Amino acid sequence: MSPTDFARRQVTGRGLPLPGNDIDTDRIIPARFLKEVTFEGMGEHAFEDARKQNPEHPFNSPAYKGASVLVVGQNFGCGSSREHAPQALMRWGIRAIVGGSFGEIFFGNCVMLGIPCLVASQADLEWLQKAIGRAPQQPVTVDVEKQEVRFADRVIKATVPDGPRNQLVGGTWDSTAVLLEAGAAIEATAGKLPYVRGF
Amino acid sequence: MARTLLDKVWEAHTVRTLPSGQTQLLIGLHLIHEVTTPQAFQMLRDGKLKVRMPERTFGTLDHIIPTADQTRPYADPMAEEMAVHMYRNTKDFGLPLFDMSTGRQGIVHVIGPELGLTQPGMTIACGDSHTSTHGAVGAIAFGIGTTQVRDVLATQCLAMAKPKLRQVRVEGALAKGVYAKDVILAIIGKLGVKGGVGYAYEYAGRVIEHMTMEERLTVCNMSIEGGARCGYVNPDATTIEYLRGRPYAPAGAAFDKAAAWWKSMATEPGVAFDDVARLDGGAIEPVVTWGINPGMSVGVSQKIPSPDAQPEPERPTFREALAHMGFEAGQPIKGARIDVAFVGSCTNGRLSDLRAAAEVAKKGKVAKHVRALIVPGSQQVAKAAEAEGLHEIFQAAGFQWRKAGCSMCLGMNDDKLQGREMSASSSNRNFIGRQGSPTGRTLLMSPAMVAAAAITGAVADVREILR
Ligand code: SF4
Repeated sequence: MSPTDFARRQVTGRGLPLPGNDIDTDRIIPARFLKEVTFEGMGEHAFEDARKQNPEHPFNSPAYKGASVLVVGQNFGCGSSREHAPQALMRWGIRAIVGGSFGEIFFGNCVMLGIPCLVASQADLEWLQKAIGRAPQQPVTVDVEKQEVRFADRVIKATVPDGPRNQLVGGTWDSTAVLLEAGAAIEATAGKLPYVRGF
Repeated sequence: MARTLLDKVWEAHTVRTLPSGQTQLLIGLHLIHEVTTPQAFQMLRDGKLKVRMPERTFGTLDHIIPTADQTRPYADPMAEEMAVHMYRNTKDFGLPLFDMSTGRQGIVHVIGPELGLTQPGMTIACGDSHTSTHGAVGAIAFGIGTTQVRDVLATQCLAMAKPKLRQVRVEGALAKGVYAKDVILAIIGKLGVKGGVGYAYEYAGRVIEHMTMEERLTVCNMSIEGGARCGYVNPDATTIEYLRGRPYAPAGAAFDKAAAWWKSMATEPGVAFDDVARLDGGAIEPVVTWGINPGMSVGVSQKIPSPDAQPEPERPTFREALAHMGFEAGQPIKGARIDVAFVGSCTNGRLSDLRAAAEVAKKGKVAKHVRALIVPGSQQVAKAAEAEGLHEIFQAAGFQWRKAGCSMCLGMNDDKLQGREMSASSSNRNFIGRQGSPTGRTLLMSPAMVAAAAITGAVADVREILR
């Protein structure tokens, strides 16, 4: 595959507003669904307990069926490092996330899957969540390269740090190949460490 | 210019700067467990990749294993399948596995330091967010996802951005009945659950300097609950004495050379941190969480706060927390009735934690309506505790004495809350559903406070019991 197949310059799709702060990865996918040796079945369990307990949960709403841009609050994806969380969201159909802030490991896991997570202001997020609620059929564009989100005729600022942005836009987020390019420099670095070389 | 431990470790492990601007960082120690790795090994197979440095990865079984009957095959076929994969993957790729037969099995963050695998100046990664624990010995240690586990296996490296550094100083001295767990809960209460995002935490100050290694492990363990992906304590005499004689630590003359290098990695005086936070250790009382994230906590003598007193954006989460927990704003936390007591986890499943709980357990019997579990963090912890007779103290008081594993910290085995049960837990997360029941409720506290709650049947002030 050429790097262009991996490039995530922008993602366009219908929106799914999910209000609330500090939504942790246990909430996104409870631990009992982690007893799997593949990620294949994760999608159907996204927010399973929250959906069962609350029929009004946005992931239950027919209005948001087929949505691919998730709009969340502060500290989304905090807690456990389980990649099962972004895997579940990805397999549910989510391709990009816009929020106030993200759990750091979750953010990194999303990059590894090519899912951009952009940070917007609280006021803009509230506006976007409401606007999507009023017009769920209207597409949202998450522009990773320009660091903005477009909805209807409005453009809001949404940032992503340089490193991940370069990886996403450049299509180098699938990191194994990139890391392997360092070749013998890996062993050379290890060989200089006293605990590897021997004290 | 004066440099921090983070600066020195980062520099020593930098392979190169990547086109994205991130660092290609060499990982000195990679720890793996059964839940977050099967997919990574499959990715290796699919990509026809080998493990780059098999001597730098070590595995254990902890998350799914039963803590009552451990006969194979496990009663839960899904748990058995995960174990089978772990055996097969480590065998196929030539990696050591600390299973039950080795006598060294246990929670990954308990056995790393215990075996001396975890050493100062290292970079350490594991597919588990509580990898921050290992920072207690002066390592830069952080949790990663499964695709990153693949990267470490295949390349021994990660693409990472260097975090900013906040020094968290805890000054003064702790009162009796106040433990390392209370210190970290107080830190998270002050700085917030996302206060550490983008930062590494360097814990310092008199309270931290006077802590034993096990106490430092408890503090660093919950860095991630404060949003910081890694947290560390500078290596000092406590660190060096802790490592002496451990199976994977250097021995003889090599140990002295190692100790000199370890000390040389510590942060130098006069460093400018990106931020400094200060807490008065003397002002900390036993802490209990009342809500659905680890920042929602109060001192045991305090009342549950009102959502109306919070900044506007925080109020919905506060209301949700009160509704889930069945608490009223203004209610004292002391006296909240519990159904389950759990002492264990990578936060508080070490020997000193069990000793602290046993000291309290001696003072009474588990309340009739309470189910109480003691789950040692590793086989070695269990063995040491049994050698001191701690298991007998617990059993005489009505606690169940289990085998090592993660157990009710996340409820992936049979140790789960039922329905809306309220649990007093020495673990690290009170997220909704965390302890195995979607409607279960968790109160986080120190092991001594858990034991106090177990014998009282409700949240109690351990200081009154120890008096
Ligand atoms: S004890 Fe709990 S937090 Fe620690 S590794 Fe196990 S499941 Fe994770």
